[in-house]
Amino acid sequence: MIYRETGQFKTSYAADQQIFPIRQDRVGIGILLAVAFLVVPAVAGNYWFNAILIPFLIFSLAALGLNILTGYAGQLSLGSAAFMAVGAYAAYNFQVRVEGMPVLLSFVLAGLTAAGVGILFGLPSLRIKGFYLAVATLAAQFFIVWCLTKFPYLSNNSSSGVISVPGVEILGFKFDTPASRYLLVLSIVVALALLAKNMVRSSTGRAWMAVRDMDVAAEVIGIRLMRTKLLAFAVSSFYCGVAGALYAFCYLGSVEPDGFSLDLSFKILFMIIVGGVGSIMGSFLGAAFILLLPIFLDISLPALAGLLGLPFDGATVSHIQLMVFGALIMFFLIVEPHGLARLWQIGKEKLRLWPFPH
Amino acid sequence: MARQIGDVILDLRNISLSFGGVKALTDISFDVREHEIRAIIGPNGAGKSSMLNVINGVYHPQQGEIIFQGAHRKDMNTHEAAAAGFARTFQNIALFKGMSVLDNLMTGRNLKMRCNFLQHALWWGAAKREELAHRRKVEEVIDFLEIEHIRKTPVGRLPYGLQKRVELGRALAAEPSMLLLDEPMAGMNVEEKQDMCRFILDVNDQFGTTIVLIEHDMGVVMDISDRVVVLDYGKKIGDGVPDEVKNNPEVIAAYLGTQH
Repeated sequence: MIYRETGQFKTSYAADQQIFPIRQDRVGIGILLAVAFLVVPAVAGNYWFNAILIPFLIFSLAALGLNILTGYAGQLSLGSAAFMAVGAYAAYNFQVRVEGMPVLLSFVLAGLTAAGVGILFGLPSLRIKGFYLAVATLAAQFFIVWCLTKFPYLSNNSSSGVISVPGVEILGFKFDTPASRYLLVLSIVVALALLAKNMVRSSTGRAWMAVRDMDVAAEVIGIRLMRTKLLAFAVSSFYCGVAGALYAFCYLGSVEPDGFSLDLSFKILFMIIVGGVGSIMGSFLGAAFILLLPIFLDISLPALAGLLGLPFDGATVSHIQLMVFGALIMFFLIVEPHGLARLWQIGKEKLRLWPFPH
Repeated sequence: MARQIGDVILDLRNISLSFGGVKALTDISFDVREHEIRAIIGPNGAGKSSMLNVINGVYHPQQGEIIFQGAHRKDMNTHEAAAAGFARTFQNIALFKGMSVLDNLMTGRNLKMRCNFLQHALWWGAAKREELAHRRKVEEVIDFLEIEHIRKTPVGRLPYGLQKRVELGRALAAEPSMLLLDEPMAGMNVEEKQDMCRFILDVNDQFGTTIVLIEHDMGVVMDISDRVVVLDYGKKIGDGVPDEVKNNPEVIAAYLGTQH
């Protein structure tokens, strides 16, 4: 019953190329999806949906988007939050301005709008690399947030750019309970994660990784650098845009441009660094780590203080929480610079050989 | 050998290349015949790698003509060169370190794949069929180079000699009509060199691939190449069959030095 592929022989390339070649992985993912779709909605309360599960899924999607760009195509970006903002405001505008626009279609259009903006701000990547590109993408971050505040048209003339989104309704069904919104977000995130996985294991993904690992060799093979990089920007921004639309429509309900600040971009970047750069699963692990750890510390620190009989006030707890959080990030990066996804992979490799050392 | 050396397929005429004031290549002309193994030799800094870069479009020479299979290709870019059937390896291994051997070889066939990213995302129908068809082709190369056991290993974990072999595999996966090898045997031990020689000769023999290679090991060059061109300080100082080149006084002078 342990994680071991012994005896699972592949007799065709199709069997070897499937998405999860090892049976235990297939079973594991099946169970995980069953729990997420069937068990969680039945047992979780509103606090869990609103404060933990929905934001976790939305940030996983944004992290996935950034991971496609940074982890797979090797283009460092600090503009993820801005592309989320584009998605949120685009979905809002499509909803408000087009009569009878289906919500899902407006999410897709929001993603496409973000993709267009992403391509525009991805153009510098054709000339500059690495940290310099990161600085160039800062332009997107500041410019887009400024635009959304400056032009009242984009927020339908509301004061200071705050938008309150209409409720989500698909085919007459109102997604007004947290559980229903959770299922909607979960379905979208699972579908997009599957599409991303398929892209990165096909020649699209190989072209991205080739550009990331050795762009000169990629060029000599005949990969067009411009097209490949811009496609990565487009797909990445599409994912961030959809995440932004979900952030506004299914999580907060009303958003303002300043909510999509550089802080949020950094948060998403930290998610993929902690989770694992160049890993679909790492995006989810990183989002869980960055979002859940503070909540966990919030709950466990006062409890721990109470146990030790130390007099803690609220401010001290939040200071200690920040320090512990920072220390834990450093600890993980020192222990495993390639992120939680790599830890998971090493664990799996060890399990395959267990109980033998090698 | 069964192969028949054919007509000239690559003709380089009066190539001159300079970077600012530095003249890398001066007025070099030579040709490559179909199915032959053509070696470029010369001391360090002679312009050998620049010559390869000119051939597959990385550098654009200021003067001269490149005629490949009857077409003038002076200003072609690397994409056009790859599409025309050039594949190459690099002096310092330029594999995609984060990817497995299999993925590296599959990337070599990137140009032959027609599906777009939306089809890839759905992994259905044409995209899946294409992926499997190319996998089959890549497995032939894996079989040919005897690297079955490492096909799923990330290339960063492989020893140097094997990485060189994988890089040859990535070039072969593209089914090139002309293979450019930049020091395929640099840094290898005798055994690895023998293997590599065998692979190069087999590629040439079985697939009829025309090969242009740069190599410093004179024993290897003289044994496997049909014709040799010698460069020194960006100028051509010798051209011909190995025996001819070996006895060329200018070549001897460039390599061993002369008493003035």
